[in-house]
Parts: sequence; C-alpha cells; structure tokens
Amino acid sequence: MAYRDEQLSEEKVFKDPVHRYVHVKDRAIWDLIAAPEFQRLRRIKQLGTTNLTFHGAEHSRFNHSLGVYEIVRRIINNFQDRPHWNKDERLLCLCAALLHDLGHGPFSHSFEKVFKLDHEYFTQQIIIGDTKINEILERVSPGFAQKVADVIAKTYEDKLVVSLISSQIDADRMDYLQRDAYFTGVSYGHFDMERILRVMRPIDDQVVIKSTGMHAVEDYIMSRYQMYWQVYFHPVTRSAEVILSKILHRAKYLYETKKFKFKLKPTHFLSFFEGDVDLKDYLKLDEMIVHYYFQLWQDEDDEILRDLCERFMNRRLFKYVEFNPNLQMNDWMELYQLFQQAGIDPKYYLVVDSSSDLPYDFYRPGEEEERLPIHLLMPDGNLKELSRHSDIVESISGKKRTDHKLYFPKDKLNELKDEAVKTRIKDILYGQGAKEDVE
Amino acid sequence: MLNNHAKLMQFFSVADGVTGRKKLQKMIYILQKCNIPFEEKYQFHFYGPYSEELTLRVEELCNLGFLQEEKEDKSNYYQYNYQLTAAGDDFLEQFPFDMPDMTAKVDMLKEKSSRFLELVSTMFYFDDLPLEENVEKVRTVKPKQKYSDEEIEDAVTFIQKLKHEGK
Repeated sequence: MAYRDEQLSEEKVFKDPVHRYVHVKDRAIWDLIAAPEFQRLRRIKQLGTTNLTFHGAEHSRFNHSLGVYEIVRRIINNFQDRPHWNKDERLLCLCAALLHDLGHGPFSHSFEKVFKLDHEYFTQQIIIGDTKINEILERVSPGFAQKVADVIAKTYEDKLVVSLISSQIDADRMDYLQRDAYFTGVSYGHFDMERILRVMRPIDDQVVIKSTGMHAVEDYIMSRYQMYWQVYFHPVTRSAEVILSKILHRAKYLYETKKFKFKLKPTHFLSFFEGDVDLKDYLKLDEMIVHYYFQLWQDEDDEILRDLCERFMNRRLFKYVEFNPNLQMNDWMELYQLFQQAGIDPKYYLVVDSSSDLPYDFYRPGEEEERLPIHLLMPDGNLKELSRHSDIVESISGKKRTDHKLYFPKDKLNELKDEAVKTRIKDILYGQGAKEDVE
Repeated sequence: MLNNHAKLMQFFSVADGVTGRKKLQKMIYILQKCNIPFEEKYQFHFYGPYSEELTLRVEELCNLGFLQEEKEDKSNYYQYNYQLTAAGDDFLEQFPFDMPDMTAKVDMLKEKSSRFLELVSTMFYFDDLPLEENVEKVRTVKPKQKYSDEEIEDAVTFIQKLKHEGK
C-alpha cells in the first residue's frame, strides 16, 4: 500500500481537555507527530508570557497543533459527500493543520520584533528544508511538502483548503480560543463549536455558514472579542512582554558593542544577535534554553541586563498608566528627560505599548475585497456578510477600541533620591495630587 | 515612541488622503517592497498581501484624532477614506524621525486602481520567482481576477518604473 494511504493497525487517540480525544489513523500523521521538529513544540508555550498573569496558561504549541488537526479532521468528515469538496485534498488538509505553527520560536512575538524574524518563514523552511518533517511529507508523494507549505502560506491554488486553516472562522482560531480559555480558566472563550461545524458549508473557494447557524457564530465572535481584551491584551501580560523584549534588545546591544564580555558565551543567541539565523540554530532555541540564559544573566555585570532579567524571572513587572499620545506628547518628552536626569535609561524603562503591538485581532467585516469576511448562506442561496445580518456582530465590529499604555518601573522611581525629580515624574504619571498607588 | 504610527502619518501627509482600505493596504505593501521602511507585517490573503497590523494602526490613528476616517455606503459594501487631521500634522512636526522621500512613488500609486495594485502587490509578493514563474503563480492564486496579458505587462513596466522613481 502506498505510504499516503497507509493506516495504523488501530486508531490512536490523544486525550485532550478541549476536544476530549484527538484521533489519528493515518500513518503519515502519526510519523509527523513523532518528528523532532514537531516534538519541539512541546517546549514552546502557546501564550508566551501569559502564564505570569493567568498561572494555568502553561499549554504548548504542541497541544494547540493537535487541536487544530482534530478540528480539521472533523470538518473534513462532515464535508465528505458535499459538492465543491475535493476528497483528494484530505491528507493535505490534515498535514497543513497539524504543521501550521511549526515555525514558532520561543516567545515568538517578541523575538520576531527584536530580531526581525518571521515564524511563517521558518515554518516554510522546516517543511521544505532538510528535516525529518520534509522526509515524511516527501514519502507521501514527491512535491507534497511544497503543497503543504503553500497551504500554510495561503498561496495554494485551492482556496477552500486554505480557508479551513486560515480564515475569519477557521480551525486555528476555534482551537486557540477554546484552549486558551480552558487553560487560563476564564469563563469567556466558550462557544458551541459542534454546532458551527455542522453548519459549515464548502461553496466554491470558501467555507460559509448556513444562516440558521448565525447565533452560534455570534457566540464565537463574542468570545473572540472577550478573549482579545481580557486575556490576550491583559496589561500585566503586556508588561512582561515589554520587559522580555527589552532584555533581548539589551543583550543584543551588549553583544554589538564588542566591549562587553558575557560570563557565559551566549552560544544559542549568537546568530540571532548577528542577524544571520539559519534553520539549525533556530530549531535549537526553545523556551527552556531562553530561561536558562535569563537565569544566568541575573548575575551579569551589566546593571540593566541583570535588573531586567531579575524582573522577568521573579515577576517584578513594570507598572502602567493609560497614555494618550495625542494629548500627552509634551508629558512624554518631559518624562523622557526626567528619566535621563534620574539615571534611569528611558530606552529600557519608559515604554509606550499599543494595541497594534499584539498579534491577535477581533472580527471586522472590512471593505469589499479588503479581506474575506464571514459569509452566511441565505435560504435563497445568496451569500451575505455576517455583520449585515447580525446586530450583535455589527455593534461589536463597528466599535473601534484601541489602547495605549505607558510602562515604567515604579520601584525604581520610589528609590530616587532627588525628591524634586521624583515628585515631578509622579505628578506627570498619576496626575498632580492623585494617589500614586494606581496601577 | 509611536515610530511606526508616525511613518504612516507621514505617508498620509504625502498622499494627501487615501480612498479605500484595500488600496491603502496594497500601497503600503508596495512601498515596503520599494525599501520604504514601513514595518507592518504582511501575510498573503484572499485578495493578496494584507496586514492586520496596518488595520489596527490605522484604527489607533483614527481614535487618537490624528487621522479622519469617512465611511461611504456603496450599497453592497462600505468604502473608507482617510485624511490626516491638523492634530496629525502637529504631531508630525513635533516628532523628529528620518523617512526617505516617497512622494514620487506615492503619486504613481495613487493614480492606479485597487485591482491593478492587487496585481502589482501580488507580483511583488512572489518576487523571489523568475518572471515567468511569477506570472504563472499570480494566475494560479488569482484565477478569479482573470488578469489579461496586457495588464500583466503593464504591471511589469510599472514595477520597473516604480523601483527607479525617486532614486
């Protein structure tokens, strides 16, 4: 029997807290899960620093990838005899679902910003490069690895296949919303996925929702909105992210000065500092390695690096205040100077963080051909954009909510000897005469 | 602070207003590919390169009062038009940063339709491929647009001109 059709002698299952069971019958899927590049995902947390806010959020990209695979497997089962669905794309969809996050690195978002990396690029490299994953995919058929890479890059010719993994209501989002809600322990984030799967229909090159399922989708949109503001955008998590990226900036800066000698050569970071990261180096760095260096850097001679690492490891985070760059531009400039005067380097200790700095979004219908919205399949066979039919979705998606916060180390300010500088900084941050224990 | 926002404001100032979000998305992507240092992360979407980060930043600029958004009802859909406000101008004056002159490129892009810019941005997206393969890929990922040979030729010429404009 050809490898692509090979089935395990009996179905294997992974116990899963979100989907109850993840079912595997294809030999190729089983082999992909066992590949070192996929097992590496166990050592990369799905939510990065969120566990410093919600202590349950220790789940990994491995959990999530299996979850996305399982959702796609169920969708395909439902699609089996429907028109527009090409049964030959089954294994391609399953592989793409399983491998869609393969290129994520440790604390992906901060690493990408600081070192100008792109996890999607590395996903492609792992799939088409010299890896165990590539070897397995090419056993399915020559050129199959490239097809999987194309689906994940959203450049595959069959857009219907792409939309299962990546669209406004896809397996990726449906898994992470439920999984992140489960592990953070929040009560939002839940919706009736079984119902959504039952009302999904493949039409031409997109997946649409039968209009009778609109309320289940409304629930999904609501949970996406709630999770965005309550979990993904939590200001304490953002504080940890701010410190994390400042550590990386500082370590890179110290390396670039050439004068600074790290007590232990930062071998795993060298190619990141030099801006020349190859696949081998990339795969070696996971969150355990990063934590190891942060642990060591707490004893480094550089005061800033030492302090930032100590803050990150011991959760001594920056405090924050709301900040409006339009109304407070002058405040910002004065604060910057006052921090310099006080000997607190504002490049590392005075940070504005905006909602656009986050790799999550909530549903917006957008403009025609801006991007594909969620379409409802009406009884007369026409398609209608969701927010044009649902008042709930219209009211959420029409509201533009954005946010900017100013982060700073309050403990360092408290220790300032110069009372005049200290008072002025606090007056700007908290408002004159206001209580300073505001977070 | 707000360096990436300021770069976008500079763009809106040079463009003196932009009509349509799709056009805005494609213009910023194409400028990025012409080495104008916008940092918004793009991915390939149904209608070509698209940046969620850009959408969010534009929303932030509107909420901060730096950008004015006008929503036009086109019966089947809405179209959004953008213009820098006086507060946006003030901010730009106060906020010192280096940005290469993009006036000539922006003028060229503004003249074109969003359909044409979708083609140009998609060709840029696959610019690691030789021209023949690039065109084939564009036709594969955009079968519904049915781009004619003439449009593709125009796009190739436009890309060449754009790359040399302002050098």
